[in-house]
Amino acid sequence: MKIGILALQGDFAEHISMLKQIGVDTVEVRLPKHLDGLDGLIMPGGESTTIGKLAVAYDLMEPLKQFGKSHAVWGTCAGAIFLSKDASSDQPLLGLMNIKVQRNAFGRQVESFETDLEIDELMKATGTEHPYHAVFIRAPIIESVSGNVKVLAALDDGRIVAAQEGRWLATSFHPELTSDARFHEFFISLVS
Amino acid sequence: MEIKIATWTEKKGLAQMLKGGVIMDVVNAEQAKIAEDAGACAVMALERVPADIRADGGVARMSDPDMILKIMDAVSIPVMAKCRIGHFVEAQILEAIGVDYIDESEVLTPADEEHHILKHAFKVPFVCGCRNIGEALRRIGEGAAMIRTKGEAGTGDVVEAVRHARSVIGSIRQLQGMNAEELMTFAKNNGAPYELVKEVKTHGRMPVVNFAAGGVATPADAALMMQLGVDGVFVGSGIFKSGDPARRAAAIVKSVTHYQDASILAEVSRNLGEAMVGRNVSQMPEAERLAGRGW
Repeated sequence: MKIGILALQGDFAEHISMLKQIGVDTVEVRLPKHLDGLDGLIMPGGESTTIGKLAVAYDLMEPLKQFGKSHAVWGTCAGAIFLSKDASSDQPLLGLMNIKVQRNAFGRQVESFETDLEIDELMKATGTEHPYHAVFIRAPIIESVSGNVKVLAALDDGRIVAAQEGRWLATSFHPELTSDARFHEFFISLVS
Repeated sequence: MEIKIATWTEKKGLAQMLKGGVIMDVVNAEQAKIAEDAGACAVMALERVPADIRADGGVARMSDPDMILKIMDAVSIPVMAKCRIGHFVEAQILEAIGVDYIDESEVLTPADEEHHILKHAFKVPFVCGCRNIGEALRRIGEGAAMIRTKGEAGTGDVVEAVRHARSVIGSIRQLQGMNAEELMTFAKNNGAPYELVKEVKTHGRMPVVNFAAGGVATPADAALMMQLGVDGVFVGSGIFKSGDPARRAAAIVKSVTHYQDASILAEVSRNLGEAMVGRNVSQMPEAERLAGRGW
């Protein structure tokens, strides 16, 4: 199995080292040709406007959409914004997943936070019982979902922070910044 | 549900989101928009770019908060701002207006010639400059959650940026070959906190994200720094002191993503117009050099 990591900008190296820990091979994706032969794709945290502009500049938009239609794709933070149908702003989006996101939904950096989430689907998939410690950085929220999207996690106030639609996964937080590989294992289970 | 804010993970984490990106100096909202449209991953709001600070002389201080707030309103990407070395009240003001990162910067006139700010005392994360590993680890010890090699700001001469990046990265490599009893001597000789020296030895990299800064003026300069092993690039005077800022900014963004692809670097280097007029650092009197500020 080979997983592509969109490496235009952001914390792609953190995803690569997380997958290495669980024994999965990775390829850095910067150009359309790098998608050949991949089984799934992770789009990392970073700045979604920067990632979008670089994807447009190197003709990645259409190849990424086509790849996503038949493969597992996971977006964390900026990656989740890029995966969404609607981000209420004028920026390039893949428009695959039926979620509407709001960028910087918690305010500026000093409002960034960490918290524990109970994510039943994740605990079931990995046979574990402890909560998932989530790191939010200038994070987006998933304002609303439609179609076949399943909500995986929400904060106490009901704001959605993780969702799944078939083999697509969106998280507003950063599993790649923790030492807990369960989300990466869960994604790999969607690939295979 | 317990919520924790301003943790070390949060502070370091924002810098991790900036990796593989370009942070651009901007002096007003219009420039900030140009930078964002070109693909900058963050902007540094300041009243004068380093080249102008050099030309004007006098005391360089924190920028007017009003000007920084206008830039924060104009863009959706993170906004950084500079305070003087040791000027913790300027830092308190910048935290109060909500900037995303503070640069305790040698480009401004130092307010304290012995001490830096105790950055752990703040909620907002800090980036600091360094010339070598000792300086980098002292700043991290004080709470800097991101490091940039200093280079020589406002010159358009990349030579100091290369010197500082090679020094830091070379020291990391050197540490890998050392055994446990050599680490304390390394810490002593480099003026570096022992615990952080051990951490660098264990992980084989800096404990926080490390960008290059100070003298980057072309896509080739930016890619050079990336190939030397930094995580991203600050560009100050190099963009808005050039003939066609929007075009040069976009080209430098592309060169940082595709830093290993010479054919893309060749493509983005074409027809960029005039680069900033450089100043040769080797012919610059010691008193004019900014990198020596910092203790």
